[in-house]
Amino acid sequence: MDILAPLVLLAPLVGFLINALVGRSLPRRMVGWIGAGSIGLAFVFALLILGQQLGGQRLDQTYFTWWSSGDFNVPFNLYVDRLSTLMILVITGVGFLIHVYSIGYMAEDPGYSRFFAYMNLFVFSMLLLVLSGNLVWLIIGWAAVGLSSYLLIGFWFERTSAVLAARKAFVMNTIGDVGMVFAAFLIFLNLRVLDYQSLFDRVHQLPKGGTIITAICLLPPVGAVAKSAQLPLHTWLPDAMEGPTPVSALIHAATMVTAGVYLVARMHLLYDWAPAAAATVAVIGGVTAFYAATIGTAQVDIKRILAYSTMSQIGYMFLAVGIGAYTAGMFHFMTHAFFKALLFLAAGNVIHAFHDDQDIRNMGNLRAGLPITFWTFLIGTLSITGFPIVTAGFWSKDEIIRAALSASGGEFFLGILALITAGLTAFYMFRLFFIAFGWEWLSRDERHLHEAGMLQTLPIIILAAGAVIGGYIPVASFLSPVFGHATDVGTLAFWGLAALTVAAAAVGFFLAYLLYARRPELAVAWRTRLRPIHTLVEHKYYVDELYDLVIVRPALAVARFLDDVVETRVIDGAVNAVAAFVVLEAREFRLIETGRVRSYALVTLGGAVGIVLIVAWYLGYLPWKVGA
Amino acid sequence: MPVPAYAFLMLSGALFTMGAIGFMVRRNPLVVFMCVELMLNAVNLAFAAMSRFLNSLDGVVFAFLVITVAAAEVVVGIAIIVQVYRAGRQMDVDELDLMKE
Repeated sequence: MDILAPLVLLAPLVGFLINALVGRSLPRRMVGWIGAGSIGLAFVFALLILGQQLGGQRLDQTYFTWWSSGDFNVPFNLYVDRLSTLMILVITGVGFLIHVYSIGYMAEDPGYSRFFAYMNLFVFSMLLLVLSGNLVWLIIGWAAVGLSSYLLIGFWFERTSAVLAARKAFVMNTIGDVGMVFAAFLIFLNLRVLDYQSLFDRVHQLPKGGTIITAICLLPPVGAVAKSAQLPLHTWLPDAMEGPTPVSALIHAATMVTAGVYLVARMHLLYDWAPAAAATVAVIGGVTAFYAATIGTAQVDIKRILAYSTMSQIGYMFLAVGIGAYTAGMFHFMTHAFFKALLFLAAGNVIHAFHDDQDIRNMGNLRAGLPITFWTFLIGTLSITGFPIVTAGFWSKDEIIRAALSASGGEFFLGILALITAGLTAFYMFRLFFIAFGWEWLSRDERHLHEAGMLQTLPIIILAAGAVIGGYIPVASFLSPVFGHATDVGTLAFWGLAALTVAAAAVGFFLAYLLYARRPELAVAWRTRLRPIHTLVEHKYYVDELYDLVIVRPALAVARFLDDVVETRVIDGAVNAVAAFVVLEAREFRLIETGRVRSYALVTLGGAVGIVLIVAWYLGYLPWKVGA
Repeated sequence: MPVPAYAFLMLSGALFTMGAIGFMVRRNPLVVFMCVELMLNAVNLAFAAMSRFLNSLDGVVFAFLVITVAAAEVVVGIAIIVQVYRAGRQMDVDELDLMKE
């Protein structure tokens, strides 16, 4: 029996239990290292699994049967192949760095042990989601991830905005969970299976591209779209930035939001069998990538810009898995985990330095004040914009755009959209960089900026290294046993397309350089000229307002109607009417209850005599005969 | 000369009737209680007599059951009466009408 996979799961679970149950009475230092150490331990186990996977076959081990009824069996089995190995490596590796960072970042927070307990719970749920070998445990992990995300967004529960953001995220995610559950229903109804292996074996029994398989494949994306903050269930992610910054880095950038991508990649046999559903995923991804990038150009909150860039980058991944370039999608997932975690953690240092001010217009002169953060943030920015050859983002993003452009048909337009998005990405990231990290003081008084401590800089430096060399990790060949060999377009086409993406990014970069570094007065002029578009983008296309108008307000109106009219008149009215009727009718009968024992005895005796007479009459002992 | 069965049954019926009438006309709770015992034992007499005449033990078994129940009932009943007496209430079943509340 293989015990490595359960050990990966157990380490964060034990960390969670310790910190949740006795964390408050432990010294703070110990709480932090239990939290980070359990994830580090899980990372070590994940490395051992990697060694196993490099040498051998995938594992699908059943540990126990959870419940069983007729032909409905829910085993607890873990499915370890190279795809899940890559996922758990990133989750535990990047997760460990973020936990170490949190030891420093959260040092002053009163809810220290609570924080680490939630974080460990999150890592546990995420690993369960990834390692689960059947749909039931996938959904359990899926929901648990949503729960821990809710807990962490609302971590500072004394802030109303944080509580509202947490609730919004939870509601949005629940919409997705329902989609997942219905997908599992449909699969079980049609194929009578719940575990991946039999599902993959039997999926070809369904007609290719038929209604059933398309419906099955369209439902999980509902969950994936909600969890990965894609259109149209995306509005919770920017609000989720109310949580502490390490949370944003771990959950809302590196891991949880990519669960949707993982799901589609895991179910790739199904999506190959349902082209219409796959195309839907691709369109959602491509459009979201572009949509979120445009919003990113007009925001001023540093974490919100990063949140929109996360949405945009996950859009790329959706696009990739939608057009069948699963390897490219997972490759981008890995590099994105590096550079986005890096960007968030660096942003956390900046926010701390400016005393929790997140407005980029109040920042500046960070090269002198926070040199390590400055340079690592620059590396992250270069990586996300796809600076050629030396950064990881270049290789992975290029792979996606290449896959989209070299496909024939509608994917080609999505590829063009992705290319434009690459330019936009460069623009908004460098806009952020120039404004927040710029050379000049943009703020009024002088502030003494302090670089964060070792615990907060070392993880960033390691992530920066990942954001550079991550592009050289041979993810494609590592994943080839799972997805088959990626179609090779040839080196010539590769460099030609690479030149295109780099050109697009360069245009974005120079535009940002011109507007925000060289001639800031130009930016103001342009903003006035493009006033309507700017307002539209700045308000995120008014999607929140639209949802408020179309869904929230009618729902509230219905609720108010039910509360005021149905509840008071109909329901309470019915109950009160029954009670009043009984009281009215009982008035006569109440007089029988005198409380006198003797009258009761008389009635009892009369009853007994009556029964005797009836029985006697029935048996024929009385002069009258039965039925006579 | 053997005693005929109906003689026992008539005695039983007479005892039961005396008990029932006593239960309804007397007001002292202790006497009422004794009337209950009288009714129970009237039934016991009928059981025992019929058991003898039918050559079956079923009736006797029933009689034992009734004796057990009567003993348990006496324990509870006397305890209640004593408590009522100690509480200073009048020893009159017509006055003890709290059950209607």
